[in-house]
Amino acid sequence: MVNINVNDRIVKAQPGEYILQVLKREGIRVPTLCNLPDLFPSGACRLCVVEIEGMPGLVPSCAYPVSEGMKIRTHTPRALRARKTIIELLCANHPDDCLYCVRNGNCELQNLAEELGVRERRYSGKKSEHKIDTSSPSIVRDPNKCILCGKCVRVCEEIQGVSAIDFVKRGSQAYISPEFNDGLNVSTCINCGQCIAVCPTGALREQSSLKEVTEAINNPEKIVIVQHAPSVSVTLGEEFGLKAGQDVMGIMTAAFRRLGFDRVFDTSYSADLTIMEEAAELVERIKSGGTLPMMTSCSPGWIKFVEQFYPEFIGNLSTCKSPQQMLGAIIKSFYAEKQGIEPSRIFNVAIMPCTAKKFEAERPEMAQNGLPGVDAVLTTRELARLIRMRGLDLRTLEPEGSDTPFGERSSAGKLFGVSGGVMEAALRTAHFMLTGQELEMDRIKPLRGLDGIKEFHVQVAGIELGVAAVSGLSNARKLLEQIKKGRKDIHFIEVMTCPGGCIAGGGQPYSSNPEIIKARMKALYEIDRDAVVRTSHSNKFIQRLYDEFLEKPLSHKSHELLHTHYQSRKN
Amino acid sequence: MHPNHNMIMSEKEYDQSCLATFDILKERFDQNVRDRLQSPLVLPEIRRQKLTRPVIYVGTGTCGLGAGAGKTLEITRQYLKDNAIAADVVEVGCIGLCVEEPIVEIQLPERTRIAFRKITADKAVALLDSVIKNRKIPVENLIGQHRAAELTTWPDIIFIDEHPFFAPQTRWVLANCGIVDPIDITEYIARGGYRGLIKAISQMTRPEVCKSLLDSGLRGRGGGGFLTGRKWQMALDTPGEQKYFICNADEGDPGAFMDRAVIEGDPFRLLEGLAIGAYAIGASKAYIYIRAEYPLAITHLKETIRQAKQLGLLGYNILDRGFNLDIIIKKGAGAFVCGEETALINSIEGKRGMPRPRPPYPSVSGLFGKPTVINNVETLANVPDIIANGPQWFNAIGTERSKGTKVFALSGKISRTGLVEVAMGTTLNDIIFKIGGGILNNKQFKAVQIGGPSGGCLTPQHLDIEVDYESLLKVGAMMGSGGMVVMDESTCMVDVAKFFMDFIQRESCGKCIPCREGTRRMLEILQRITHSRRNETGNDALERFKGIMYLNRLSQVIKDTSLCGLGKSAPNPVLGTLRWFRAEYEAHIYERRCPAGVCVELLHYDIDPEKCTGCTLCAKNCPANAILGNPKTPHYIVADKCIGCGTCVDVCRFKAVTVK
Repeated sequence: MVNINVNDRIVKAQPGEYILQVLKREGIRVPTLCNLPDLFPSGACRLCVVEIEGMPGLVPSCAYPVSEGMKIRTHTPRALRARKTIIELLCANHPDDCLYCVRNGNCELQNLAEELGVRERRYSGKKSEHKIDTSSPSIVRDPNKCILCGKCVRVCEEIQGVSAIDFVKRGSQAYISPEFNDGLNVSTCINCGQCIAVCPTGALREQSSLKEVTEAINNPEKIVIVQHAPSVSVTLGEEFGLKAGQDVMGIMTAAFRRLGFDRVFDTSYSADLTIMEEAAELVERIKSGGTLPMMTSCSPGWIKFVEQFYPEFIGNLSTCKSPQQMLGAIIKSFYAEKQGIEPSRIFNVAIMPCTAKKFEAERPEMAQNGLPGVDAVLTTRELARLIRMRGLDLRTLEPEGSDTPFGERSSAGKLFGVSGGVMEAALRTAHFMLTGQELEMDRIKPLRGLDGIKEFHVQVAGIELGVAAVSGLSNARKLLEQIKKGRKDIHFIEVMTCPGGCIAGGGQPYSSNPEIIKARMKALYEIDRDAVVRTSHSNKFIQRLYDEFLEKPLSHKSHELLHTHYQSRKN
Repeated sequence: MHPNHNMIMSEKEYDQSCLATFDILKERFDQNVRDRLQSPLVLPEIRRQKLTRPVIYVGTGTCGLGAGAGKTLEITRQYLKDNAIAADVVEVGCIGLCVEEPIVEIQLPERTRIAFRKITADKAVALLDSVIKNRKIPVENLIGQHRAAELTTWPDIIFIDEHPFFAPQTRWVLANCGIVDPIDITEYIARGGYRGLIKAISQMTRPEVCKSLLDSGLRGRGGGGFLTGRKWQMALDTPGEQKYFICNADEGDPGAFMDRAVIEGDPFRLLEGLAIGAYAIGASKAYIYIRAEYPLAITHLKETIRQAKQLGLLGYNILDRGFNLDIIIKKGAGAFVCGEETALINSIEGKRGMPRPRPPYPSVSGLFGKPTVINNVETLANVPDIIANGPQWFNAIGTERSKGTKVFALSGKISRTGLVEVAMGTTLNDIIFKIGGGILNNKQFKAVQIGGPSGGCLTPQHLDIEVDYESLLKVGAMMGSGGMVVMDESTCMVDVAKFFMDFIQRESCGKCIPCREGTRRMLEILQRITHSRRNETGNDALERFKGIMYLNRLSQVIKDTSLCGLGKSAPNPVLGTLRWFRAEYEAHIYERRCPAGVCVELLHYDIDPEKCTGCTLCAKNCPANAILGNPKTPHYIVADKCIGCGTCVDVCRFKAVTVK
């Protein structure tokens, strides 16, 4: 431990720790626009500069390690003037159209301009002009609003291992772009939206489907059915000032009805269905010597990642569609038939924590008889906008229950929202399928938590099963490289594109605080802990679906509706 | 240049030390060289003191080639062939007097070598006829003769070392440039080459080499002026299996070409310095990061690396001492910022050339996260002689805290542009007026820009400054890499500041906000100052004044907060000119005129009614219809309509149009 002096107060710090970390812990707020926790500091924005006694210039606290006896002043006139000037310089090259911006009210640049008292346009001049890239089904890039903090570039490269975007050109000409200044749609972008999650301004945002959804709701011809992903109920509340991790399941259901959705279903139900199919597929592969390790297929960013960078592993991907697409397909087949509705009249809306789900919904493989399984995908953030637009107050709504039959889920399905959750749910069911007995729940605890790679070996019916749960695709890269080099002890891998899983998805409410992600995760595990039905195979409505329609997992019908195929995208 | 120019040992000892190097390496030479080594006259022969036939030296450095040396070379060879003259043609690097290129030197057996200037293709044959056929030295195009005690001098011809350009110089780094065949290792060895490396790895421990450098007082010649020995020591002290040595040859300052000249003219000196450095810190891999715009230098490096490898002076198990070193040439794509060490490291790693925050410093965590030393070309070129001659030899010259010599690239409005090497502490006056020959066309000296974009502009009042790291910093300039751009009275200092700001804002990497956004606004503020009122609309005038108000504040923040050296020094061109040429700024701002007459928009055109005959020619030719007047009566110019193109001045036959 070293002692440092911050604003005349003695503070303890770990040797080698960056000043900014210490300041954060001590509750001293120094602004930053480029810092990403856990990554090597880039030192790009220069907002976190502080004065250190004996040093001539200002020092970036994000990138400067503490040392014994260091005397730091965080808010001297010189530091404040520097911060303010930096924000003024950014404003001088910013479109200044906050009123029209999707980030109006939650923009970090806007907040800092307010906080630092920017009240006049001190610097003026030519602004950079760029075209807006709307080519991607998931992400809109508006380089005019970009402040070049570089966080998107670093997340894309260092967390996701994709590097779809990078800096181009130099000096004031610099901007961020996919290769050859092409659209994101033809780039290696996997649509995960982690770039949006870290973007401090409106330069990156989701491709919004609000218009399509409201039009469908207002169209009397359409039966508009909404499904919501497992993690949405524990994150939506944050958009309305509730504390992170608060489950708003019932209230959200009530809100859906007020918004005019005709049916409210739960994607966690089809997550149970996915487990049935996926566990069966795993058992089948193990028994028949199929391609192993099998890899999960519910995360569409990961799927594109494999198709693009590791097509040699396409055979390892589970052929199961994701829960979103399974439910879409079942609604437009089984449910439509049962209810006597023409499938083309159904408009399926999915509320997802994810921008890649928008891409997934558009995949031609997902269509049945020319009809897409899911017609529109909204992110959690878009749903919040819809609720606000309708003037609903989540705090005054009375909770309501979902519609049957696809509103009933086991808590295993709910676990799809966290990294390790799919694996845990699948093991519960696979164990039952292999042994006829229920798995002791506590045995698979090592799969929980926010670690990027979690591995676990388990004995099931005399078979030594090695499993891994990975999140953040740079971690997936590591594991795939090991497997390429001949690693054989892993049989089943769950991959979630976003670090920590869907709870930290690219469509979730903005949060730069890791504690919030932990709170969301905790909420899902608490729901599971307190649940009565905790395994997918014991979900009565799943059993009914098989009895009435699909017969059994991996049946002809389920292959037709619930399974898909992939294609190499490697050039 | 005399081979034993350092003169710390007797002629005989010196020759013996050169022969000793040949002796150590003799087994590895090709047969024809080994045969030559048998001769008792091996040194005089290789040094071309003992000739059997004439030698014609053509300066084919980039500056020479630019002036037409390629054609001269071709014609010379053709001439020898046509006339069946047995003579050698040697391509040498730049001797420094770039303004006089193409330089051709001719040496006849037993006679001293004579240098001629501006021998373009059309003059080559006459020169060769005169010297080789008729043994007559033409006085036109003559520079002088080299001094050589053992050879017969030409009568009544000045010695090059008495030439005003060369006399005040102390040529250590440039000793061989323009003298030797740069890509023949035997010539380098015959002039003392590789004694340093051999001494270092066979007689000295690594800490001793570092200590020797530290004692010499050698400081980084790339700009910062950090003690080289200390840098090496830090990297040596950092534990690590793999360490790297990088030579920074990404010379990017406008008006700087020192590194290019050294690599083109004496590449072995760099390779030897690099090998000593790598040995000192324990690096087995070295990179030379060189701009791709230096193709000749790259060619020379490739060839010299090949030769050094053949002799076991590079590669595996150097001189059988268990020291390995591979040198990799990495071409830079032309970004100025890649001269910044952390950006350079990123670039070598295959990443975008953007600086990283320091600490960690490269000597602790550099290339691929390993301890790395980055030295500039000139720094490394100083190393071999420091080791061979000892630190005391080096630090005997210079000022208290700046030892040795410094190479400067003289350019701009100066009579003798070129490359000069002077002892630290030489006055600006000596460099500009004695060596450089003063200002072109008898104009007044106004300023000299030192240290590239990060440096500053100095004025006539600074001419007595004894140039070293400290003295320059004191007056707001910096040593930088050693570019000196000389300006005369016809230069506008606001325009100069604008030029450098434009350079910097284009070359900023774009990573940190103050540098990226701040420099472009600074440039715009300068541009507004030089814009005419007539081109302003709306709130432009207000913005112009606001910009001036905040110029200082903006400069301060950029200096205070930028990530790397480029950004931290980015406002210098403005701050420096503002400090010494404030009146000129004020003339632009308050009087809206440019005293030097450079900023065209601020020129005022008037017609002298006394001289104007009313011929209407100006009015007819004015593209802006800004000239009014009836025929045969004096015309006048409507200032608000005038666009300052100057057409009226050109067409007026009575010199009636005045420009202020």
